[in-house]
Amino acid sequence: MRYADITVGDTLPPLTTKPISRTTLALFAGASGDHNPIHIDIDFAKQAGMPDVFAHGMLGMAYLGRLLTGWAPQTAIREFSTRFVSITQIHAVITCTGTVVEKLDGNLVRLEIQAADQNGDVKLTGGAIIALP
Amino acid sequence: MIDRAFIGQSFPPLTALVEAGRLRAFARATGNTDPIYTDDTAAQAAGYRALPAPPTFLFSLDLEREDPFYFINAMKIDLARVLHGEQHFTYGEPICAGDEITLTSTVTDIFDKKGGAMEFVIVETRATNQNGAEVGGMTRTIVVRNPQ
Repeated sequence: MRYADITVGDTLPPLTTKPISRTTLALFAGASGDHNPIHIDIDFAKQAGMPDVFAHGMLGMAYLGRLLTGWAPQTAIREFSTRFVSITQIHAVITCTGTVVEKLDGNLVRLEIQAADQNGDVKLTGGAIIALP
Repeated sequence: MIDRAFIGQSFPPLTALVEAGRLRAFARATGNTDPIYTDDTAAQAAGYRALPAPPTFLFSLDLEREDPFYFINAMKIDLARVLHGEQHFTYGEPICAGDEITLTSTVTDIFDKKGGAMEFVIVETRATNQNGAEVGGMTRTIVVRNPQ
């Protein structure tokens, strides 16, 4: 994939996850080091006024990272940002999508990316700057 | 209200080892089947010294502290009221298994909206590897929902 071959409006191959289970959250807590009990301990979540545990925002961002590295080598990523729009509920199936929105000087392209659940509810929105040969 | 005197405060640097087993566990937990994130031979064939840390892993390295919620606790924020608002990464040299990454975090802003119902804390982190090379940085925005 070369900069010259990219057109604004090009889309990235979408990525759809398996349903986010309680096991997913436990494994992600351990692997990511984010032990905030609101994601793994339903008692704590209820005390905090939530109906159930919910996914780490950074799990959704890790999925968006997979979207990027599935499209371009990781070393090509210059910037990567997300806004956590809404809580990702347990059992959600997340689909990550991305579009080239701008070609910049220096062989850079700007992407808009998003993660949404099986109902189309947007969970994360963001962007990335990718350097291409 | 969070004490605005924290604006500009840096926390003691943290040096964290990037462990290969941890990277493999992260790949499994996030459903990543690309072999460069789990297989040394595939990683080296792709030009990395060792398994690369995925694009969001700097956030995990900062959680290697004795108290992973260090700045939240320092500001006496109730963890149950905290939401992650935004997260931004920039990249330098790749972070790979075996690296020792030093992270320095600074509170760059604290502000509120909706008459204090929501407070926002911005923390910037810079990171270097064992050779002193910049491996990038991150900025996180934490949202605190205050009781009314």
